[in-house]
Amino acid sequence: MDLILPDLGLLFWTGIVFCTLLFILTKFAWKPILGAVNAREQKISEALELAEKTKAEMKALQSENENLLKEARAQRDSMLKDAKNAADKLIEESKDKAKLEADKIVTAAKEAIKNEKLQAMSELKTHVAGLSLEIAEKIIRGELSSDEKQKALAEKMAEDINMN
Amino acid sequence: MILKNPLATIESLSTFARIFADRQMKIVSMSIIKLLAFTLLVVFSTSLSFASGGSSTEKEFNVGEMIMHHIKDAHEWHLWGPEHGGTSIYLPVILMDEGMKVFSSKNLYHGELATAIDHKTHQSVTYYKGSGSAEGYGMFHEKIYKLNNGELSFEDGHVHGNAKVFDFSITKNVLSLFFGAAIILAMMLTVAGYYKKNGAVAPKGLAKFMEPIIVMVRDDIAKANIDKHKYHKYVPYLTTIFFFIWLNNMLGLVPILPGGANLTGNITVTLFLAVCTLLVTVFSANKNYWSHIFATPGVPKLLLPIMIPIEIVGIFTKPFALMIRLFANITAGHIIVLALISIIFINKNAAWGMLSVPMALFISVLELLVAFLQAYLFAMLSSLFIGAAVEEAHH
Repeated sequence: MDLILPDLGLLFWTGIVFCTLLFILTKFAWKPILGAVNAREQKISEALELAEKTKAEMKALQSENENLLKEARAQRDSMLKDAKNAADKLIEESKDKAKLEADKIVTAAKEAIKNEKLQAMSELKTHVAGLSLEIAEKIIRGELSSDEKQKALAEKMAEDINMN
Repeated sequence: MILKNPLATIESLSTFARIFADRQMKIVSMSIIKLLAFTLLVVFSTSLSFASGGSSTEKEFNVGEMIMHHIKDAHEWHLWGPEHGGTSIYLPVILMDEGMKVFSSKNLYHGELATAIDHKTHQSVTYYKGSGSAEGYGMFHEKIYKLNNGELSFEDGHVHGNAKVFDFSITKNVLSLFFGAAIILAMMLTVAGYYKKNGAVAPKGLAKFMEPIIVMVRDDIAKANIDKHKYHKYVPYLTTIFFFIWLNNMLGLVPILPGGANLTGNITVTLFLAVCTLLVTVFSANKNYWSHIFATPGVPKLLLPIMIPIEIVGIFTKPFALMIRLFANITAGHIIVLALISIIFINKNAAWGMLSVPMALFISVLELLVAFLQAYLFAMLSSLFIGAAVEEAHH
C-alpha cells in the first residue's frame, strides 16, 4: 500500500531539487543555449536572405552589364559606320574634286590645244597663203614669162569663167 | 483539451481512461508483457512460499519481497550481500521531532531486531529498534516511528498507536535525485558554457548531442502545442521536466551506484511533477479556458450543474493521469527486469541465466526507449494542457 502513498520527506526534497534545478537551468542553461540557438537560426536565415538578395543583385548587375555591352557594341557599330561614311564621303569628295580638277585641266588643255591649233592653222594658212602667193607668183611669173603663155592663161581663165 | 460540445464533455468523465488508452497505444503491447510478467512473478512467489513451508532453516529467497523492497524507498543504499547484514551505504536520517535529529541509518539497521505480537492477527512481527543516537525510534517497512515504552505495537500488520515522525532523511531516492540533478546540471552548464565561449556557431561535442534534443522540446513539444506568441515562456519548464524525467529514468536502469533507485517510479516524485504541471496550467489559464469550464459555450443552461463538476474533475484527472502513467511505467519496468533476473534464483541454477539474461537485456533495452518515451509524453501532455489553457477563443 505504501507503494502508492506519497512520502512527505521525498516530496520535500523533490520540490527543493526540482525548483532549484528549474531555476538554475533556466537562468544559466536554457537561456544561453536557446539564445545562441535562436541567434544562430536568425544568422542563418539572414545569411540565406542575403545570399538570395545578392543573387538577385548579381542577376540585375549581369543584365545591366549585358545592356552596357550591347550599348557599347551598338555604339561601336554606329561609330564604325559613321567613320566609314565619313571616309566614303571624303573619298567621294576628293574623287569629285579630282575629277573636277582633271576636267578643268582637260578643258583648259583642250582650250589651249584648240587655241594652239587655231594659231597653228592661222599661221599655217598665212604660211600656205604666203607660199601659195609665192608659188603663184612663181607660176604666174613662169606663165607670164612669155606672151604665149600669157595668152593661154588668159584664155584658160576665161574658159573657167565661162564654164562657171 | 477544452471540450467543445456536451457529448465530448460527458466523455471527460473517462478522461483518465481515454488518455491512458490513446496516448499509450504505441506501448500497449509492452504493458501487456509487463502485466504478464508481473502475474507470473506473483504466481511464482506465492507457490514458492507454499513450497518452502518453513521447513528449511535457511530463509527462502522471496522474489516478491525482494522486488517490492527494491522499488520502494530505503534509508540505506544496498550494494551486495544479504538484505540484512550485507554491504550497504548507510544514509543520513533527518527527523523533525521536537527539533531536528540527524543520525546515520546504521543506528537503525544495526540496532536491535525486535519482535512484537500483532494485537489482532496474533502473529509475530519484526522491526528495527534504534540504538545509539537513534534511541527511542523504531523502523518498520522503512517508516520511522516513535517508540512507546520502548516498543512498537501492531494491529493488522500495521503500526498502531505509535506516532509517526516527520522524516526528511536523505533516502536512497533523495540521493539518487541529487545525483540526477548534478548530472543534468553538469551536462547543461557544459553545453551553455560552450555557447557562451563560442557564440552562435555550429555546435560540437556535447552541445552537438544536446542541441537537437533541446530544439526538439522547443519545436515539437512547446511550439507545436502552445500558441506561437506564448510558448517561449514555457520552454524552460518543459525542457527541465523532460530532461529531469529522462535522465532519472535512465539512471534508474543503471544497476549500480549512482543508479538503480526507482526515483521516477516513485509516486511522490510523479505526484510532485504532475502538481507542477497542474499549477502551471491553472495559473496560466486565461478567461477562455475558465469560460469553457464554468460556462461551456453551446451547452444548455440546465446542463451546467452537471457539466461544471465534470469539467472541474477534468482539470485534475489530466495531471492525475500523468502521475499514474509515469509511476506505473517505470515501476513496471523495474519489476519486470528484476523478475526476469530472479528466474535464476528461483531455480537456484545459473544455467537459467541463458534464458533470463537475454530476456532481461531485451527488456532493459526496451526500458531505454520507455525512459525516453515517458519523458517525452510527460512533457508533451504538459505542453498540451498548457496550450489548451492559454488558447485564445476562436469562433
